[in-house]
Amino acid sequence: MNHEPVRQAAAAVVIGASAGAVEALLRILPELPPDYPLPLLIVVHLPPDRESTLAALLDARCRITVKEAEDKEPILPGMAYLAPPDYHLLVEPDFHLSLSSEEQVLYSRPSIDVLFESAADAYGTALAGIILTGANSDGAKGLRAVAASGGIALVQSPDCAEATAMPAAALAACPSAQGLSLAEITGVLKNELPHQLK
Amino acid sequence: MKTSAAETEHIELRLLVEAIYRKYHYDFRDYSSASLKRRLVQARDRFHCASFSALQELVLHDPDVLPQMLGFLTVQVSEMFRDPAFFLTLREQVLPHLRTYPSLKVWVAGCSSGEELYSLAILFREEGLGERTLFYATDINPEALRKAEAGVYEADRIPLFTSNHRLSGGKSSLSDYYTAAYGNAILDKSLRKRTVFSDHSLVSDAVFAEVQLVCCRNVLIYFNRDLQDRAVGLFRDSLVRKGFLGLGSRESLHFSAHAEAFTPFARNERIYQKTV
Repeated sequence: MNHEPVRQAAAAVVIGASAGAVEALLRILPELPPDYPLPLLIVVHLPPDRESTLAALLDARCRITVKEAEDKEPILPGMAYLAPPDYHLLVEPDFHLSLSSEEQVLYSRPSIDVLFESAADAYGTALAGIILTGANSDGAKGLRAVAASGGIALVQSPDCAEATAMPAAALAACPSAQGLSLAEITGVLKNELPHQLK
Repeated sequence: MKTSAAETEHIELRLLVEAIYRKYHYDFRDYSSASLKRRLVQARDRFHCASFSALQELVLHDPDVLPQMLGFLTVQVSEMFRDPAFFLTLREQVLPHLRTYPSLKVWVAGCSSGEELYSLAILFREEGLGERTLFYATDINPEALRKAEAGVYEADRIPLFTSNHRLSGGKSSLSDYYTAAYGNAILDKSLRKRTVFSDHSLVSDAVFAEVQLVCCRNVLIYFNRDLQDRAVGLFRDSLVRKGFLGLGSRESLHFSAHAEAFTPFARNERIYQKTV
């Protein structure tokens, strides 16, 4: 047995969503091929009941592997990591994941801002942040941090989102972000980001 | 690629943490960077400093700032009977083992303001083990230890604690254990009469007692992997053979250097048993 160790990717995609998140993620993630070269780090606001079936649900419908993030886990390409209920998810500078049970941010734990800000620090220009449907303003500050560090900022157009507040707040906070439909976001994820994020 | 501003900030953060260590011997050098940075940003803003370098100057030259800094550097978010399933499993599956010992020692490592300690003290009393158990509640933050020893919590937190306690299989009413006064719930001081509160660092201190149970929940996530290994090594050395280790609901020994010294006892509740 002489396997090459899988290398942690020095680029990533972060995604944040709230109300309507599951539908939106089910439109996007199943389109990605099993050898997708980037890791995806995802925060979905869920009730903090400690048991979430979302990772299993998405994993069953996707060709990439979707799992709940574990503390100090290396971030590998072709994997999607979901923040566990009631924990913040953060990226360490050495491209490992960390969990935190610090205070809620904007009434949310996990917080999209917390993930996006730590990812912006770790990945800098090699990061894309995507804000999808949602009914509050979490993620706006985080997306601005992604753009400020030279990353790519994408937002689901409010007029095609199930809940408009979150994408609208993200666009207002981060005017350079592109508003796109879910189909367009899927296209960018599949065809453009793997070349752009290096 | 990291931006040059992010690189500079990272250097400043490492220097600040180094300065706190050299001057005050509080060692946060092996804490997880990402959440440490979040908390230091909060401290920087609270002290109206333009940068971590400015905060470093303040901390070095004004020792009065240190206690407040420790409040930012250590995470003090807790609740009584947090994750009721953990306490239910402790009650139903771990206590039958612990009951076989004539006397018991329990270490609550990183006890913060004491919510977890009092949860255990109530649980052990309800199960008839209160009189034969000695609790060690340790933390690095003196202010948190003072709060833990006082056992006073805001009354508006009590409904959550009460509901958690019920879900944990509580055999009494939580209200039996506190007195309400001036918007606070003051816990019955008999709950801590068999508790030793002590300043102890998982970073730099050694094992101090042989114990049957270690509870260290949502503490290790703030450490990097090396420091996690050190802390779990202390727990291993402190635990008796077949002793128990309780972690937070999303913590595990999956990536630990000491994984082989423990076996999962209740996988979902993150309770481990020392094998050797």
